[in-house]
Amino acid sequence: MVASAKLKRAQGRILAFRPYGLKMRDVVSNLSRRVNRDLHLLLQKRPTTIVRVVVVTSDRGLCGAFNANIIRRALEFIREREARGVKVEIGLVGRKGREFFRRRHWPTHAPYVDIFDRLTYEHGMEIAQAATEQYTKGMFDEAHVIYNEFKSALQQRVIVEQLFPIESLDEQGETGEKLGGSYLYEPDEHELLDALLMKHLQAQAFRILLESSAAEQAARMAAMDGATRNAGELITKLTLYYNKTRQAAITKELMDIVGGAEALK
Amino acid sequence: MAGKLLLEVVTPDHLLLSQQVDEVIAPGTEGEFGVLPGHAHFLSTLTIGDLRYRVGEVTSHMSVLWGFAQVTPTRVTILAEIAEKAEDIDIERAEAAVAKAQRRLEVGGLPSELKEAQISLEKARLRKKLAERARRSSSG
Repeated sequence: MVASAKLKRAQGRILAFRPYGLKMRDVVSNLSRRVNRDLHLLLQKRPTTIVRVVVVTSDRGLCGAFNANIIRRALEFIREREARGVKVEIGLVGRKGREFFRRRHWPTHAPYVDIFDRLTYEHGMEIAQAATEQYTKGMFDEAHVIYNEFKSALQQRVIVEQLFPIESLDEQGETGEKLGGSYLYEPDEHELLDALLMKHLQAQAFRILLESSAAEQAARMAAMDGATRNAGELITKLTLYYNKTRQAAITKELMDIVGGAEALK
Repeated sequence: MAGKLLLEVVTPDHLLLSQQVDEVIAPGTEGEFGVLPGHAHFLSTLTIGDLRYRVGEVTSHMSVLWGFAQVTPTRVTILAEIAEKAEDIDIERAEAAVAKAQRRLEVGGLPSELKEAQISLEKARLRKKLAERARRSSSG
């Protein structure tokens, strides 16, 4: 019951925020296909030697395969990149991911933990800000996030998304509009890109946190539902066994008494 | 004039509006700009202001507080931090906000505080103006 109330709240938040986050992504992706990428550091592609992968897990357990799925995908990603000779760094959100990597003594960057209880836009801002700073300083050349997307109350989907440098979604244009024809900008291109890209990263970071938080609640509810059902079945089985055993014991005792009485005759 | 424009207004809280319109006038940081169907690709930051959109003969208003506008020949996408339809604005609250901001300006304080107060005054005035107009047009 508590899980379903929490799910409802988390679901409401992501569904309300998603249009903004996705529109922002559309606008930026549309834009990034038109502008000269060298114009802005966050768009510029550079040769990749260090990849940052941010693994978004939950703070708490008992939510089914939620964290296992994420971590499995993350390990795949790391292996694949390392096979290509790229250095992979791990960034973390969520306590469960931290536990996993700490146990294996893998170096990670300062993890963000215990933020899902009180998720606010500031968290998105903070994470985006820190990541942008590190990216600008050249601490990594590419960054991906791995997180659970909230598809429905019954389904989560593991998503790998590139955050740095900012990519264009290579769809055939959201409405099939022709490309070409460059944009007019107000104020000038650089100022606008600065403001827009920063907002974009904050919005994406926040959206990803919300997605993960809603997906976690959904996964937990499903897991708890399953657990309740399993426990119910087990109780039925054990109650039957208990009653049978009790009956057998009583019967045996009765037989003893009857047998004893017979012998006294 | 061919076709219509799809105007979409989204804020972090929700998708506020998605509607076919004939004309949009938006408060850009470097002045208001009007958009008709077939406009060139255009991207602008928005400031605090009144967003107008016209469907046929009817013009509606909306308050927009910062954001971005993306214009393509067939659509206008507004990504606003805060936006409110004029008819949804609570006029009493807007008035109270104007009064509060004015008081803060009178009391004085650090430059950053004053600037903040100035901005909230601007915001509140805009909302009040739009709300009053919405009320007049619905009663009149």
